[in-house]
Amino acid sequence: MQHTISVIVENDFGVLSRVATLFSGRGFNIDSLSVAPTNEEGLSRITIVTRGDAQILEQINKQLNKLIDVLKVLDFTDGSAIERELALIKVSAEDDARAEVLRIVDIFRAKIIDVTPKSYTIEATGNPLKIDAILELLRPLGLKEIVRTGSAAIGRGAKGWNG
Amino acid sequence: MKMNGARMMLECLKKEGVDTIFGYPGGTVINLYDELYSFKEIHHILPRHEQAGTHAADGYARATGRVGVALATSGPGATNTVTAIATAYMDSIPMVIITGQVPTPLIGNDAFQEVDIIGITRPCTKHSFLIRDVKDIALTMKKAFYIARSGRPGPVLVDFPKDVQMAQGEFHYPATVDIRGYKPNLSGHPRQVEKAVAMIIDSRRPVMYVGGGAVLGDASESVTELARKLSIPVTTTLMGLGAFPESDYLSLGMLGMHGAYCANMAMTHSDLIIAIGARFDDRVTGKLSTFAPHAKIIHIDVDPTSIKKNVRVDLPIVGDVKDVLTKMIAVADKSKEKLAEFTSALAPWHADIDDWKEKHPLAYKQSSTIIKPQYVIQKLRELSDEDAIISTDVGQHQMWTAQFFKFNKPRTLLTSGGLGTMGFGLPAAMGAQAAFPNRQVITICGDGGVQMNIQEMATLVQNRLPVKIVILNNNFLGMVRQWQELFFDKRYSSTCMELPIDYIKLADAFGAKGFLATKPGDVESVITQGFKENGPVIMEFKVAREEKVLPMVPAGASLNEMVLNA
Repeated sequence: MQHTISVIVENDFGVLSRVATLFSGRGFNIDSLSVAPTNEEGLSRITIVTRGDAQILEQINKQLNKLIDVLKVLDFTDGSAIERELALIKVSAEDDARAEVLRIVDIFRAKIIDVTPKSYTIEATGNPLKIDAILELLRPLGLKEIVRTGSAAIGRGAKGWNG
Repeated sequence: MKMNGARMMLECLKKEGVDTIFGYPGGTVINLYDELYSFKEIHHILPRHEQAGTHAADGYARATGRVGVALATSGPGATNTVTAIATAYMDSIPMVIITGQVPTPLIGNDAFQEVDIIGITRPCTKHSFLIRDVKDIALTMKKAFYIARSGRPGPVLVDFPKDVQMAQGEFHYPATVDIRGYKPNLSGHPRQVEKAVAMIIDSRRPVMYVGGGAVLGDASESVTELARKLSIPVTTTLMGLGAFPESDYLSLGMLGMHGAYCANMAMTHSDLIIAIGARFDDRVTGKLSTFAPHAKIIHIDVDPTSIKKNVRVDLPIVGDVKDVLTKMIAVADKSKEKLAEFTSALAPWHADIDDWKEKHPLAYKQSSTIIKPQYVIQKLRELSDEDAIISTDVGQHQMWTAQFFKFNKPRTLLTSGGLGTMGFGLPAAMGAQAAFPNRQVITICGDGGVQMNIQEMATLVQNRLPVKIVILNNNFLGMVRQWQELFFDKRYSSTCMELPIDYIKLADAFGAKGFLATKPGDVESVITQGFKENGPVIMEFKVAREEKVLPMVPAGASLNEMVLNA
C-alpha cells in the first residue's frame, strides 16, 4: 500500500540524514521525498511517499516520532490530503508529433516552457497519478528527460497542521 | 563568568553531577585535558583503549543508574568508541560521549584525525550534537544529558571541535530545558491501566515477562509487589535478571533460547502475558508464528516503537514502567475480593508450573575430575557478597551466569544483551568498580572475550580497582563451537584458540595476582583466595572443553521445542 507522510522537523544540521538513515537502516521504502522550509522559522517539512502494510506503516510513524528533531508526523490516509507533484518533461517533437504533443499538453493543462525545432519541454503539475498519465501518453513520442519533484501534500480543511 | 569552551564543558559536567569520566587524550581534546589538569571535582580514569573507556562509562551507568560519561579524541579515538556506543544503544543505557573534532574551518577537508563521527554513529545513538559555537555549549550539554537519561534512555554523542574549546565566552547553565520535538510520555493512561487489571483478573494462566526496562526504570520493587500481590509467576529476559528475585517461589528464571524449560513452557501455555519493559527480541520469542499461541498480550513500555514491533499486542500501555505498575497496584488494591478469588483460581496454573520445574530443572552433570563451568558459577554465587556486581562477556559463560548465578537484586548483572559484545565484561566491571569502590565487582569471562580488552588490567592496577576477573577457560570460542557441534557436523572452523596463555604470568606482568584451578577440588579455594585479595585478581578455571549450554531452543524453532540433552 502506497502512503504519504508529512514530517515537520527542526531545520537542524543533519536532520534529513537522520530521516533517511532511519528508512534505510530499518528497511523501509522511500518512493519519493521532498523537503523545504515552512512558513515557521526553523521548521522544515519533509513529504515522504512510502509503502508497506499496516504494521510497517505504524512502525514508520512511531520511529519518525521518536527522532528528537521531529515535531509532528502527519499520516495522510483515505484522501485526507491534497497531493501535488511538479514534473519537467523534455520530449522529442518533430513533424506531426509537434501537434500531438501540444494536444496532450492542452488536455492535461500543462505548459510548454522551452521550445526547439526538435523538442518541447513541458511543465506539468497535478497529483502523481496525473503525472504518470501524461508521461504514459508522451512516452511513445520519445521522452528525452524527465524530472519529478516528488509529492507535496497538505491536509484538507481549514486547519493547519498545528491547529 | 568568562572562560574558554573546554572549561565550560567541565563546568557542565559538574552541573550534571558527573563525578567520574573515562577518557583518552589526543590532539583535539588537549585543551579539555589542560583544563582537567586543575579541575578537582571530576575524577578522570585513563583506560588503555577508547572502546574500553566507553564500555567502562556504560558499566558505571548500568551499576548506578546515572549517566555514564566517556571522552575521546577525534578520528581513531572517536571510531574506537563506536562498538561501545552501539552496545549501550541496544541496551538503552544512558550515556554521553564527548568526542574531540578538528577545528570547524577544517571540517569536511579530510584534516588529520578527522572523521564524521556523527554520521558514523547516527544509527546507534539516541541523538547527537555538533557544537559549532561556544555560546551553544551549555544548552547543548543540558539537552544531551536530558535526552540520555529520560524516556527510553540511550547514548548521546557530542562532537566538540577544538576551536570551540579554545573560544572564550560567558557561562550560564540553564536550569531547565524544553525540546519541542521530544516529550516522552511517562504517565500510563488510567483507563488502559484499569483494562489491564481487568484482563489479569479474567486470566487463569498469567505470566509476567520482565525485561531490562524494569531495571532501567528502577521498577523492580513494583514488579515484585505486583507479582506477589497477584501471585503471578515471573520470567525475565537476560536484561531483566535481578528485577525480580530469583530466590522467590514465583520466579521462573530466564526465558528464551537458553532459558529455563518452565519459563518457556509457561509462555507457550499462558493465556495472558504481561510484558513489562521488554521488547520480544528474537532470542526470547523463538519462532514468531508459534509464540505464545494462546495468550493475550499486555505490553507496558516507555518507548511506543517497542510495542507491536514483533508481536501482536492486545493492550498497549505507553509509560514509565514504574508509574504504570504503581497505578496497577492501586487499582488492584481496590478490588480485594475479586483478587482473592483470582489468586485461588491460579492453583492449577501453579501446579502445572511446579511440574515443569520438577521435570526439567536447570541442571548439569557434575564431575569429580574435571571442572564444570556451571559449578564455578554456583560456587561464585555461594561465596560472593549478596550485593556483588557481576559483569559478563558474551557467549557460553554469559548464559551459564544467567542460568546459575541466581540474581536477586537489580543492577547486579551488567551484560551486553542486545548487541552481544565480546570484550564488554572487563571494562564494564572497571566502570562499576569506579562507581562502587567498596563493593565486590566480579567479571565472568571466557578465554575468548577476555583477550579482547585484556589491556585494561593496567587500568585496574593503576587505579586500584580491585575487580575480580574470572576466566572460564575452555580454549575455545565456546558458543560458536557449540553451534558447530550441533548444526555443522563438528567442523570446528577457527573456534579453537590453540595457543594456551599463561594467565597467571599475565596477571603478574600487570602487577596483579593470578590463581589457577585445574580440578573441581581447587574451585572453592581459588575463589576464596581471589576474593581475599585487596587488588585486582585473575582467577582462571580450566573447564570442561566441550560443555554445552542447555537447554536450547535452536534458531528458528518454537519456544516449546527445546533441546534438553544433546
